[in-house]
Amino acid sequence: MNSPSSTTTSNRSARGALTTLVTWVLVLIFFFPVFWMVLNGFKPESLASSVDPTFIFKPVTEGYQLAMDRGMAGYLQNSLTAAVIATIISVTLAIPAAYALSIRRVKNVENSLSFFISTRFMPLAAIVLPLFMIFKTIGLLDNIYMLAVVYGAMNLPVTVWMMRSFFLEVPFEIIEAARVDGAGMFREIVRIVLPLVLPGVAAAALISFIFAWNEYFLALLLTSSAARTTPPFLGSFVDGRGQFLAVLSAAATIAALPVIIAGWAAQKQLVRGLSMGAIK
Amino acid sequence: MLANKRMLALGTGAVAVALTVTACSSGAVQAGGGSTGGDGGTVTLKVATVNNGQMKDMEKLKTEYEAANPGVKVNFQVMEEGDLRAAVTADVASGAGQYDIVTIGAYETPQWGANGWLVDLTPALQSDASYDVNDLLPPVRDVNTYDGKLFAVPFYGESSILMYNKEVMDKAGITIPQNPTWQQVADAAKKVNTPDMAGICMRGKPGWGDLFAPLTTVVQTFGGNWYDSNWKATVDTPEWKEAVGFYKKLLDDSGEKDPVSYSFNECLTALKEGKAAMWADASVAASMLEAADSPVKGKMGYAHMPVDKTKESGWLWSWNLAIPTSTKQKDAAIKFVKWATSKDYIKLVGNKIGWSNVPPGSRTSTYSIPEYKDAAKAYAPITLDVMSSVNPKQPGVNPQPWVGIQYVSIPEFQDVGNQCAQLVADYLANRGTIDDALSKCQSIAQAAGDKHKK
Repeated sequence: MNSPSSTTTSNRSARGALTTLVTWVLVLIFFFPVFWMVLNGFKPESLASSVDPTFIFKPVTEGYQLAMDRGMAGYLQNSLTAAVIATIISVTLAIPAAYALSIRRVKNVENSLSFFISTRFMPLAAIVLPLFMIFKTIGLLDNIYMLAVVYGAMNLPVTVWMMRSFFLEVPFEIIEAARVDGAGMFREIVRIVLPLVLPGVAAAALISFIFAWNEYFLALLLTSSAARTTPPFLGSFVDGRGQFLAVLSAAATIAALPVIIAGWAAQKQLVRGLSMGAIK
Repeated sequence: MLANKRMLALGTGAVAVALTVTACSSGAVQAGGGSTGGDGGTVTLKVATVNNGQMKDMEKLKTEYEAANPGVKVNFQVMEEGDLRAAVTADVASGAGQYDIVTIGAYETPQWGANGWLVDLTPALQSDASYDVNDLLPPVRDVNTYDGKLFAVPFYGESSILMYNKEVMDKAGITIPQNPTWQQVADAAKKVNTPDMAGICMRGKPGWGDLFAPLTTVVQTFGGNWYDSNWKATVDTPEWKEAVGFYKKLLDDSGEKDPVSYSFNECLTALKEGKAAMWADASVAASMLEAADSPVKGKMGYAHMPVDKTKESGWLWSWNLAIPTSTKQKDAAIKFVKWATSKDYIKLVGNKIGWSNVPPGSRTSTYSIPEYKDAAKAYAPITLDVMSSVNPKQPGVNPQPWVGIQYVSIPEFQDVGNQCAQLVADYLANRGTIDDALSKCQSIAQAAGDKHKK
């Protein structure tokens, strides 16, 4: 008969093994579509759309060639411009906003938090036509900087909310100490608060970047040719009269790479940043 | 602290990269500026088009046009069908003028022409004898004409036909007549249906352009239609019930498994891989089944779309080039549209890309080019035959107040068709009853029809 303590230990290890197993199953389920996309990108068109799934085949790079031949580089460059500018806009504006909402609380501004997020309640379909008409009137349709500003504004509520929760984590004693030492507001933000919440800033920036990188609907309607971004370009591979899975998968793989690389590079900060607000 | 410094450095680096990217890109795709022209008097034509093979060939051949017309640049924006509809409708309806030439379906042309959104192309085309406007296939011309004016020119046209695997039919001792009835097709499908090979593949994916493209033609040949001549919806009639019930029984008895996930491409794959023996769908499919890499090349037979009470039951669809009135380059746009839909363009595609890639269903003369007749001998004669004999003014048994076959050319139809397709797909997948689906669809269709009652 087992002693109580060894039972607990074996229970714990059994639970641990189960957790590991469930995690692996979940990881596989989430990863499989990505894996399938990468795999399909290397198949000839007829094999990619085949009814019977094929795992072993002679890889071809036709899909990649086709995607690049159709000028994918230009679309990627537009997406990068829009996403980077949008991220800079939203992060630069969110830092002071979050500061005013957490550390140096400004009276009567607290309510604006829910106002911020309420701008995200409205479905995009409802705001796209007014936006279209405004940009048409001021002659800024099909302009990548205009799109970047829209993305920056669109991401702002989320970045403000994220940053605020990170700022709340900063122990007030540190800030007090800085103030006692004579630090002004600007120095307090730049030298004291920001270094402490940098992982959070990185996480917010990455999320803002991903949102802007993936945005489809506004890009489709507000741009026509010069400023068109990658997502509608990917959509353009869908063919109502013919097979397109291989070339679409190849193009989608290329489009996913920058985000995967950015996420991988910022992984450490990201994990810390994303869990920052959660540890109480 | 070191880590923080590194982060700051990273951040500064990111900003620097961003500024560099920003500096060297003012809209990276197809530099050359807006449609108002670039430097040195260059005219830039912006073309919005759908991602079909023939349109992609046009994009490839634009260099030929640019070489022959110095000072003109043509920018193509290829889009998925749904995206094209959304982007082009917003642009054309608001007069934003982002596109000089747009690709629109036969469904849009009469409506947009009536709204005054499109340039009337009749004078420009009729005054040019070498263009030979009378060579355009008459039914396709009809669906693009409103009030006697041609508002768009067909670039690509299709009807629907029945395609069957001859080897399978021969083995079962079945002969498919040139003008089969639906009952004959259902019987043949049942006979050749095995667990490994469906007797027939038909679209079941919900969507006005998916399930309802073939199903509307079935309804019409069974004597039903969406509306009577006074815009009264007629979906709750016995004819509809018979047609939809027949479609379901056909799929249940000998159709593909899980039909609601099948549309054109899925059936194409099934036919190619020998998972289905027959298929009634767009005539352009024949060119794909006969392509060099197709396993069923040379094994297929083609017949007219099956009928019940009418003589023909093929649909009629065309992708057409039109010029929005908001363009600032009307003359240059007309010149390009004429080039892309000319007899010479057909020959250019044949010589440069391949004769089987020629855009079908737009011009009668295409079907008398010896090279094309040879390359497309398996399906060209039947395509021309069907496309010339369908009647878009009255495809069904009774008269209808619009011109068009597998759709109703009113703006509400996309929504009516999509909602009803969902209801019918539920019935096909045994998630609902036919009476329920048709009665709900009747009220949806009636609400739309009420807006057009005179």
